[in-house]
Amino acid sequence: MRDWLIYKTFWDLTVSGLVLGLIYSLVALGYTMVYGVLRLINFAHSEIFMVGTFGSLITITQVLGVPLFNDSNGYPYKSGLALVLTLVACLIGAVLVSGAGAVVLERTAYRPLRGAGDIYGAVVLAFISAFVASMIFSTNLSLNLTFALVATAPISYGYMRIFKKGRQAPRLAFLISAIGSSMAIAEAVATWGPDNRLVYKLPRVLEKKTLFKLFGTDVRIDYAIVAIGAILMMTSLLLFVNKTRLGRGIRAVAQDVETSRILGVNVNSVILITFLLGGCMAGGAAMMFTLMYDQTRFNIGFLLGVKSFTAAVLGGIGNIRGALLGGIVLGLAENYGSSIFGGQWKDVIAFVVLLVVLMFRPTGILGESLGKARV
Amino acid sequence: MKKSNLLRAGAVLAALSFVGAACGSNSDSASDTTAPASAAPTCDNPVAAIGWQGAETGDAGALGVPMIKGANLAIDEYNAENPDACVVLKKFDTQGDPAKAPAAAQAAIKDATILGIIGPGFSGESNAADPLYEEAGLATVTGSATNAELQNNGWKVFHRLLANDAKQGPAIANYLKTVAKKAGVIDDASDYGKGLADAVKTTLGSAVVATDTIDPKAADFSAAVTKMKSAGVDYIFYGGYYAEAAKLATQLKDAGVTAVLVGGDGVKDQAGFADAAGPAAEGALISCPCQDGSADFIAKWQAKYNEFPGTYGAEYYDAANVILAAIKGGAKDRAAVLAAVKAYDADGASKHIKFGANGDVTEGGIYLYQVKSGKITFVQEIK
Repeated sequence: MRDWLIYKTFWDLTVSGLVLGLIYSLVALGYTMVYGVLRLINFAHSEIFMVGTFGSLITITQVLGVPLFNDSNGYPYKSGLALVLTLVACLIGAVLVSGAGAVVLERTAYRPLRGAGDIYGAVVLAFISAFVASMIFSTNLSLNLTFALVATAPISYGYMRIFKKGRQAPRLAFLISAIGSSMAIAEAVATWGPDNRLVYKLPRVLEKKTLFKLFGTDVRIDYAIVAIGAILMMTSLLLFVNKTRLGRGIRAVAQDVETSRILGVNVNSVILITFLLGGCMAGGAAMMFTLMYDQTRFNIGFLLGVKSFTAAVLGGIGNIRGALLGGIVLGLAENYGSSIFGGQWKDVIAFVVLLVVLMFRPTGILGESLGKARV
Repeated sequence: MKKSNLLRAGAVLAALSFVGAACGSNSDSASDTTAPASAAPTCDNPVAAIGWQGAETGDAGALGVPMIKGANLAIDEYNAENPDACVVLKKFDTQGDPAKAPAAAQAAIKDATILGIIGPGFSGESNAADPLYEEAGLATVTGSATNAELQNNGWKVFHRLLANDAKQGPAIANYLKTVAKKAGVIDDASDYGKGLADAVKTTLGSAVVATDTIDPKAADFSAAVTKMKSAGVDYIFYGGYYAEAAKLATQLKDAGVTAVLVGGDGVKDQAGFADAAGPAAEGALISCPCQDGSADFIAKWQAKYNEFPGTYGAEYYDAANVILAAIKGGAKDRAAVLAAVKAYDADGASKHIKFGANGDVTEGGIYLYQVKSGKITFVQEIK
């Protein structure tokens, strides 16, 4: 007995696939932009998304103090202005945490490898090394922190001495640094909270009502918010990259690092801004994700990161429009595929689509082109 | 330039210490809340130890906590009665992962003070660890590993305190036959989840109109939800564990599916399923070979832990008592404990305990629970 129900559920699958695809696209932007300027696959980007979901979680539960359920075991729904303000606060929380995370990541994990390490990176690295080293000898947290704080000054001085030599590390070092920081961030979050590696629930403030029917399919309000939000964020990113001075800097560095350096572009700050933009997009995706699924976890970024990276490659890595297209194609293909073959084939279908596209278009559907004038 | 750099460094440092302080206060409060558990009679010179193998942390960690509480309750009672010959519990956390089970089993076997094992907690890890226990002649009594093949391996050390999945699947399916017109079946592709879901499918037969498999690591189950919705099912059986069941219940409700969600014992977790899914879990049915336990047992549990007994609490209380009875009966080595466990015949908190030749308990039914006003509540026995 096969469940040949796709002809009945086509529009349902299309709507939910599109929404999931848009979240993939937003995260894919971070991979694609960093690849465009640095030729580096930033594997830690999935964790930037993950910390964004925690930014949203902390904002709504700690800062705003919304309870998980109200007294009568119902959802703590809000409406009108209160709802809008809550959602905006969550968005700001997620974007701040993700953006800051991306900047710290660039400063500590990548910049020193480019031979341009500075005092910020040195201090953060020194603190982390001292803290981790002290954990070998003691499990007392306040003792560890005191030691780490005291030891930060001399260790960061040592790091600065190394950074001053300004050597460019081999390409592989960046990749190892990326994978290492990805694991470090995920495990740090996993061991941080009181709930050992468990799922964290977010209170549901948005009542998921049906807005309108599209070809007989319910379009829910959270789907609409994700779709509109994602498209707004991507449009503003495109405008920023194409129309502003800083955006021109990004395109210049993507085209040719050395020439743009000679022409007076501050390459390091352009790279930092690229990371910041990617982080902000991931933060937006994180807030939308928590809005749809009401939960997060330390390893939530892994699978989504792999899918988003696939979306970036599918659309053409380094290409902003490609990320949008790749995400949507992947989201739809997964949904249709798992309806026809069963959910256990979901990931297989995603990668078969990728392989088939790369066979005919090795640089992705739209090609690699962050550097070209038309992005 | 130098000076401003130093200033900036100071600012970064201050920010870091703030973050660190927040981290510190978090873990302090965590250790505070777990403090009451250690207020038990201490045992400084144990004559023997009981090993527990299962998941205390990890994805299924919530299922391990009541097991440990049940075992500790039994051991504390025993130690209060026998202060001169007290016994301790040694925990071996595998996170329920079969890959981690052999190392845990080796560690338990090497520890000569351990005379019996309660557990392993899950079926997958039982398959990995029980051959090692068999070789060491170390008696195991599990109160939770319900895979229907475990008793057929010929392990002499294997004992189980509840009915297995060969009974659970058909029992829940027979119940669904009486109420469901159209049923959907979803599983998580795990040994346990798929095994149970297949048993339900076989018994239900043509009443099953839609099936799907979900990836427990994924967050979005919209393809499965859409399928159930368009098939118009009135009952959905989910073979898998509580964390995904909670996600699934929420997403089904959000999509406007009114079908009743039905789960097996892996879903029976108050915090992980009923509390996590909140209103979406209301009315869900859960089958389990486990029991809340006798009134006397529930009162003792509430006095000690100030809560209702969790899933498998009663079974692990019984499992610990089976081994403790052997030790009290004068068994000084593993062989003697094994022989005493095989001969055990007495009433426990969950049922009358006597093991058959294959290690399965001779009495043991399947019980149906329902989420009512947010609490998992016993409804009836099903066959």
